Amino acid sequence: MAKLSKLERREEIAGYLWVSPWLIGFLIFTALPLLASLLLGLTDWNGVGALHWVGLANYRKIFTADPLFWQSMKVTGIFAVLYLPLSLVLGFGLAMLMNQPLKGMRLLRTIYYVPSVLSGVAVSVLWAFIFNRDYGVLDWLLGLVHVPAVPWLTSSFWVVPALVVMQLWGVGGSMIIYLGGLQSVPTELYEAATVDGAGWWRRLLTVTLPMTSPTILFNLILGLIGTFQVFTQAYIITQGGPNYASLFYALNIYNTAFQDLRLGYASALATILFAITVIVSAAVFRWSRAWVYYAGRKETPA
Amino acid sequence: MKTAERPDALVAPVPRKSMRRRLARSLIATTPSPRRAARTKAVITYVVLGIGAVFLLIPFAWLLSTSLKSQQQVFVFPIQWIPHPIVWSNYSQVFQTSPFARYLINTCILTVVGVIGSLTGSSIAAYAFARIRFRGRGAMFAVMVATLMVPPWTVIIPTYIFFGKIGWLNTYLPILVPAFFATPFNTFLMRQFFLTVPVEMEEAAKVDGAPRWRIFLTVLLPLAKPAIIMVSIFGFFYYWNDFLLPLIYLQSGSLYPISVGVANYASSQSQNYPLLMAASMISLIPPLAMFFGFQRWLIQGVVVSGVKG
Repeated sequence: MAKLSKLERREEIAGYLWVSPWLIGFLIFTALPLLASLLLGLTDWNGVGALHWVGLANYRKIFTADPLFWQSMKVTGIFAVLYLPLSLVLGFGLAMLMNQPLKGMRLLRTIYYVPSVLSGVAVSVLWAFIFNRDYGVLDWLLGLVHVPAVPWLTSSFWVVPALVVMQLWGVGGSMIIYLGGLQSVPTELYEAATVDGAGWWRRLLTVTLPMTSPTILFNLILGLIGTFQVFTQAYIITQGGPNYASLFYALNIYNTAFQDLRLGYASALATILFAITVIVSAAVFRWSRAWVYYAGRKETPA
Repeated sequence: MKTAERPDALVAPVPRKSMRRRLARSLIATTPSPRRAARTKAVITYVVLGIGAVFLLIPFAWLLSTSLKSQQQVFVFPIQWIPHPIVWSNYSQVFQTSPFARYLINTCILTVVGVIGSLTGSSIAAYAFARIRFRGRGAMFAVMVATLMVPPWTVIIPTYIFFGKIGWLNTYLPILVPAFFATPFNTFLMRQFFLTVPVEMEEAAKVDGAPRWRIFLTVLLPLAKPAIIMVSIFGFFYYWNDFLLPLIYLQSGSLYPISVGVANYASSQSQNYPLLMAASMISLIPPLAMFFGFQRWLIQGVVVSGVKG
């Protein structure tokens, strides 16, 4: 170890002291729990008594004999497949429309952004009523254009699309991020492309999308991870029903851990979630190398 | 216009900005009636965004309208958007039929302490990452950024067991104590902001012999007001809406925040839609007020973390 001067040593100590709110928090609330979750997943602990080691039995059961695990994977996957592309296309399209110097854009931006900052129980209670088959406003609106009433929450086919619709109410959140991305694209690039005779579509493909690809990637990863956290909506509106058709991954963990008190088994489910998060993030990053363009970022004004 | 026929465009010296603008304008001018094209584009934009806005506003209108109806009016079709008569008493009924005032006070306590905790912990850790040189700083920062991705669901069970063992169940401690330990997101946001503050001012104070904590409190923090506001707003929304932690840690109704309160109210009054909507409305008013008061900061914070993060 290189010798440090007295001043440098004092700086070192100060550094560790100042960083401790994060470091201690990381150890107590992230690192140790992750480790504990890994170990608990190898037991069949139910909250009382001694830990009983069962090896990989939980994992064997999860992958081979647990229909609820596969159901929760399916529900979460379908939600992601429906929601992520829709939120990308709608969010990006809205951002492009809003990125024009027209009057009234501030007001429109506010209207689109408001729903995305509201979340939680009250919003879920509101949407449960919006989806109500007999008195809800959504089926009433569909009725105005002669579409037969959709049994949003009582059909195992429609319940996930319903929750996607509810989530898309907050599409303004990704719109705002994309709008920020669009506004950081230097206008010179568009001018140069126009001079070179590029039309709207070509400018989108050769300037807009490459320049905003880091933002798109960021949103995509956040959205994917967010899908595995969908809980409040499902807990409040459907309780995972009908017939487990909206049993999201997080809801399955909750039920297993805090309703059935199968803490060992639920820890195995949580550990799998951690593995999925790591794998998915790594895969998206790898895949993104083909299409994410970072070089332009240094030129953009901060 | 064909790009292929203009290979010289690739090697031609880049014209000055003003020249390029004029060139671009002249090119646009050659297309037939550009003004009409621009007007059509604007009209399409307004129509599309206008229709979308109406759809996004319907849930709010529906919420407000239902919260002012009698139970019978809910079942009247076509929908009465402006109820007649307006039943203002739904709002007072919510407070009479459930301890809603208690829920509101509890939520305020959780939110205020939570926000103070977030600010304290994250600004201190962010200062270390932005300003102090120590071994392992780079590695720690990398670990911190990586943990931005760790879903809370992966750690909630061991944390629950831990807080149970030390006797913290049915108290606010499992929710509020972790707030004081810097979360990755807030620390990252703060650190990014600290890095944009020029060091010269701190240097001057350092030469005068001021201790580190005083420089931090009197020089850096006042300059970091935007970051402080952003962390506070994000914290407000987080603690106001938080449902999962109160749900698993709190058992006595007298401790419930509004999120758990509304959830319980929804199961006890499951058919009384006007009361349910009034209860939802009450719990949405503070976040809405916060949104309209700090919209500019909120957008800036989201863009800073989303675009430049």
